[in-house]
Amino acid sequence: MRALPVGDDALLVEVASGQEAQAVHAELLRRRAEGSLTVREIVPAARTVLLDGLAEPARWAAELTGARVPEVPVRARELVTLPVRYDGPDLAAVAAHWRVPQREVARVHAGTEFTVAFCGFAPGFGYLTGLPERYHVPRRATPRTAVPPGAVALAGPYTGVYPRSSPGGWQLIGTTDAVLWDPARVPAALLEPGTRVRFVPVGDA
Amino acid sequence: MTDRALVVVRAGALTTVQDRGRPGHAHLGVPRSGALDGPAAALVNRLVGNPPDAAVLETTLNGCALRPRSTVTVAVGGAPCPVTVGGRPAAWGAPVVVPAGELLDVGTATAGVRGYVAVGGGVTVEPVLGSRATDLLSGLGPAPLTDGTVLPLGAPAGPPARVDGVPQPGPPAELVLRVTLGPRDDWFTGRAVRDLTTRAYRVSAASNRIGLRTEGPPLERARTGELPSEGMVLGAVQVPPDGRPVVFLADHPTTGGYPVIAVVRAADLPSAAQALPGTPVRFVPVRRR
Repeated sequence: MRALPVGDDALLVEVASGQEAQAVHAELLRRRAEGSLTVREIVPAARTVLLDGLAEPARWAAELTGARVPEVPVRARELVTLPVRYDGPDLAAVAAHWRVPQREVARVHAGTEFTVAFCGFAPGFGYLTGLPERYHVPRRATPRTAVPPGAVALAGPYTGVYPRSSPGGWQLIGTTDAVLWDPARVPAALLEPGTRVRFVPVGDA
Repeated sequence: MTDRALVVVRAGALTTVQDRGRPGHAHLGVPRSGALDGPAAALVNRLVGNPPDAAVLETTLNGCALRPRSTVTVAVGGAPCPVTVGGRPAAWGAPVVVPAGELLDVGTATAGVRGYVAVGGGVTVEPVLGSRATDLLSGLGPAPLTDGTVLPLGAPAGPPARVDGVPQPGPPAELVLRVTLGPRDDWFTGRAVRDLTTRAYRVSAASNRIGLRTEGPPLERARTGELPSEGMVLGAVQVPPDGRPVVFLADHPTTGGYPVIAVVRAADLPSAAQALPGTPVRFVPVRRR
């Protein structure tokens, strides 16, 4: 584990894999909850966890540098199920990448338990991991100027659901009616880092 | 009952509601947002007797015009500009009474970019995640003002400050940004790090609330390939593929995939908010505190 200083009061904790980042994130949340870590933001990402607005950054840098990635027991985090119609316009392209018949895409995707590795891009947009490496797909060569809200999409190792209409380069495989982001709701985000997610096929798919 | 509201007669180029933003939600992809020139926003709030977290208006270059439905105390600060009430000149940087129905005109900035208008009682649009700030990246908070927008006002919290005027820093003729290197300076050549800290950059016209874009020598990468997305901080100097450094401001994305070569000291960001396109920029390396 490395801890890279970021400005005067932040640290970027870097590890070797997404799984390790999730373990470090869980451990840092635990330390904040018990009161030993005073920090404004804990932002997990692909291989890092950012501690921003950190009290005593130098002490934490020394403590975290070279520290072993904690073995965090998989706690029973909340499981969110998202109803999905596997009707995306890139279903055929994804099936071709996977070298499987088109209906197999829905079976594999709905048979996978995902974890929200981190959020970003837009409020409520989660980067979900869980698909084995052979099912990773590239982004589209040409991004769409408008992806509809609720679009279920794949890119690289991730699955994501667009909380609102936006441009996007991910491969669209389906649609959900679930409301991913509602600032008037508590909590506003349906998916938070660490949330477990399953997609449940509905309708004709 | 008095109708405590403000009618926007002329919205200006870009006028938004701002406060101290919504920190603490970056892990959900929510930018912090908030006034770009925080000290100027805090000062106009103090002048009208508001608490520091009251919502103010942030104008861009050409001000705005407002008509209160009840008599209010206002203060205009940030970028210096002419101020009139009912067509008569009024003070900038001091509490000013605007009678009900009179027009407050906040004119075009004579220097700097962002003006701040505080109204006694603050702008009380519905908060989102604890803040009334307009976040232009993700669309949270109220939309930018348009002509005819009616903004609700709160009840004045305290008396206006008893001052004729207060000193405020002038907009920078040269923008000096102190930076600490890293976290990804090792993604760049030694020459790129030297270029950043010794050569002349200028503020680009493409700058906005998300980032201060610059023009100048492109910074050369030592490593190719993609950086996996990682958390971004306010003041991060991110270098996109074109090599021109971008300084992240309040509406910056919470994660990003371009390497951050350095981070600007928080105390230097308010002046970045006031730097006009074309202003020379110097990145000065300093030691981490």
